[in-house]
Amino acid sequence: MPEALLSTHGLNAHYGDFQALFGVDINIHAGEVIAIIGANGAGKTTLMRSITGLLANRPDMVTYRNTPIGALRADQVARTGIAMVPEGRQLFQSLSVEENLIIGGQIGRKGPWELENVFRLFPILKERRAVPSTALSGGQQQMVAIGRALMSNPELILFDEISLGLAPIIIKSIYEVLPDIIGEGMSAVIVEQDIAKALSVADRVYCMQEGRISLEGRSDELTREQISAAYFGV
Amino acid sequence: MEWINAIVQGVLLGGLYALFAAGLSLIFGVMRLVNIAHGDFIVLAAFLALSTTTALGVNPLLTLVIVVPVMAVIGYVLQRGVLNQTLGDDILPPLLVTFGLSVIIQNGLLEIYSADPQKMNAGAIETASLALPGNLNVGVLPLVMFGVSVAVIAGLQWVFYRSALGRAFRAVSDKQDIAQLMGLNKAHVFGLAMALSLAVVGIAGVFLGIRTSFDPSIGPGRLIFGFEAVIIGGLGNLWGTMIGGIILGVSQNIGAQINPGWQLLAGHIAFLIVLAVKPRGLFPRID
Amino acid sequence: MTSANYTISRSSPASRFAAGVGILVLAALIAAPWWAGRADMRLLSEIFLYLSLACLWNLLAGYAGLVSVGQQAFVGFGGYMLFALAMFAGLSPLVAIPIAGLLGALVAIPVAVLIFRLRGAYFAIGTWVIAEVFRLSFAQVSALGGGSGTSLPVAIVRSMASSRSMREATTYWLALGMAAIVIAVIYLLLRSRNGLALTAIRDSEVASNSFGIDIWRHKFFVYVIAAGLTASTGALIFLQKLRISPDAAFSVNDWTAFVIFIVVIGGIGTLEGPIIGVIVFFLLRETLADLGTTYLLILGLVAIVVMLKAPRGIWGFVKDRTGIELFPLSRRVVEEKSDS
Repeated sequence: MPEALLSTHGLNAHYGDFQALFGVDINIHAGEVIAIIGANGAGKTTLMRSITGLLANRPDMVTYRNTPIGALRADQVARTGIAMVPEGRQLFQSLSVEENLIIGGQIGRKGPWELENVFRLFPILKERRAVPSTALSGGQQQMVAIGRALMSNPELILFDEISLGLAPIIIKSIYEVLPDIIGEGMSAVIVEQDIAKALSVADRVYCMQEGRISLEGRSDELTREQISAAYFGV
Repeated sequence: MEWINAIVQGVLLGGLYALFAAGLSLIFGVMRLVNIAHGDFIVLAAFLALSTTTALGVNPLLTLVIVVPVMAVIGYVLQRGVLNQTLGDDILPPLLVTFGLSVIIQNGLLEIYSADPQKMNAGAIETASLALPGNLNVGVLPLVMFGVSVAVIAGLQWVFYRSALGRAFRAVSDKQDIAQLMGLNKAHVFGLAMALSLAVVGIAGVFLGIRTSFDPSIGPGRLIFGFEAVIIGGLGNLWGTMIGGIILGVSQNIGAQINPGWQLLAGHIAFLIVLAVKPRGLFPRID
Repeated sequence: MTSANYTISRSSPASRFAAGVGILVLAALIAAPWWAGRADMRLLSEIFLYLSLACLWNLLAGYAGLVSVGQQAFVGFGGYMLFALAMFAGLSPLVAIPIAGLLGALVAIPVAVLIFRLRGAYFAIGTWVIAEVFRLSFAQVSALGGGSGTSLPVAIVRSMASSRSMREATTYWLALGMAAIVIAVIYLLLRSRNGLALTAIRDSEVASNSFGIDIWRHKFFVYVIAAGLTASTGALIFLQKLRISPDAAFSVNDWTAFVIFIVVIGGIGTLEGPIIGVIVFFLLRETLADLGTTYLLILGLVAIVVMLKAPRGIWGFVKDRTGIELFPLSRRVVEEKSDS
């Protein structure tokens, strides 16, 4: 295995007195798609918040290209080339669709993703570029959230619960474009409660349970039994 | 005729009140912070202008070139150094810290400049006036100041809704965490918002010092005028704030026309009436 | 086998000790006219009145989340009501003080209805506007001396007590009594159902709303009570000064800035805080007051530093480290070991 792009090393995370993560170790290699699955409250979102710098950690608990980033602020992490599509879309309600996309690209990293390419990927957004982001349907909002993350031309993109609260047909169409998005060289982490969806796109899978990694392996090698044991702890 | 004159003068005065209000409204919009020392910063800017014009012997209007950037720097440093630490779910810390700042600025100015009223003289432009039809005389200086106020409000409106800085302001105001994920450092963005707020305060302070006499104790009064203009106009609406300032100025001048002792009272009563009838202001932002 | 019985208790050894010491101190203070000099008694009276104002402001800001910078409205209103009732209605000042409080509470009702429309920090400035309206309005009343104010006629002052020393003792006891009443009222209020609701609201407005707590009504109640007691305190303040003017009566520095300083230094949101704060404040004032404006500069600076570095004040600092509580307010679970 080559050197990992991003790794966590014995990552612990706390909310006040409550410990949410216990010694989590994960590795993501360049070009890889990783799925992180687990039940509600397993610590998936906390893991995402720790990686992106929304939750501060010890510097060496998260490394990116062999540089410790665990203690960086979220805006500094973003500049290193990590972007996130947050759970629940989280669009800026005072900004138009276009402004939401532009603000995603405002750190100025060069690369293929710019406004026109995002509009080519999601043509409906071009049509509705001037409307407030709150006027969109849930699926369209998810497109803006994905486009917003792409605009920063990240090397690693994190998708946190992208299918949550969306209609099945929308989820299907979003998963259909995912391979286009995760193109040449871009790595991705997909946090998902829908195991089948996650396995269909991911190279490798980590399963989380009560703040710990309970299972890891290649998605084509894990059995249904292994996963449900790791997922539910039975 | 006196009445029409009172109203016209009130409108012009309202422009100044809108300037008092604009900075207050801006930082509330971006970071939900209410700066109790806002009025004292206006007075501080007036004294800065006074010292500049005394030291350099220039027209007080020219001191804008120095006062505005100096105030902006003070704003940025204050926000990064002190006020950012007070922001959070609890409204008490920012309120009490800016209240403490107000006490410090007032007494600091008192120490340096004494309690004597001061006034700056802008020269010939102060006495120049335009004769309007119907025997109305409007001073050129108040007219210029009103024009600048309108321009400042328009400028702020443009910054807030059309520029990259305004986009950052709105994004951070909407969702601080997510804005941070987009590479915006909220501590810096808040610093810029306060810098912009105090830059406007700088203009307001210079104008105040030319229009009327001032002393270290009048800050809280200016804060209240600015606050009333914001609430009358409706939170989060800059043009509403402008109209709020004008309503306040006109009410005060009408009150003074009836009885000189009622000038300020009339303004406060106009504010209380709006609060009673339309608690969200006359032109609330629709969202 | 040992099993544990759990009971809910509010009192603790510290609070019982404090109650004992408190009674002794109170007795000594009641006897002050027999052992203290004239100047000491004046200073003590002033301390008691500031203590009342501080406790009331703390009730509003620390417990009800109503941060007011306009309590001078009620201080001045109470003072003016005392003068008006004594001068025009011929009431004895002793009778006028509670009536001034009652009128203060009454006038607070429409005030609250109006300014409760403002949220958070804007509420604070709204209270300031109200105080300005009061100041400007009383400046228009020429019977009360207009903008320059008036003095309490000598005959009214003389009617209070037979001798000067008796009069001074009376105003002293009134000030002490006022502080005692204020602390007792707040203590009982916080121990009542209302107090529990306030604590819930302070912890989370949204959650308490969903539990069916009528936030508006609780806050309104607290605001009106605080206004009434503040007005009574104001009446007493100006009974001591014997002279009133709009600028003195509605001074934001004297009746709000100092009071906020006291509460912040002592510890906001605790009953003990204002007591500690008032002692610190008067120690500072008696040693630094000669510095004039520099003294006020220092006060402002200290308040900011405390707010940033120890936001819960001196008492919060002590409480965090020792768990001591002098006023038994919080309930604690006590384990009683017994054999069974």
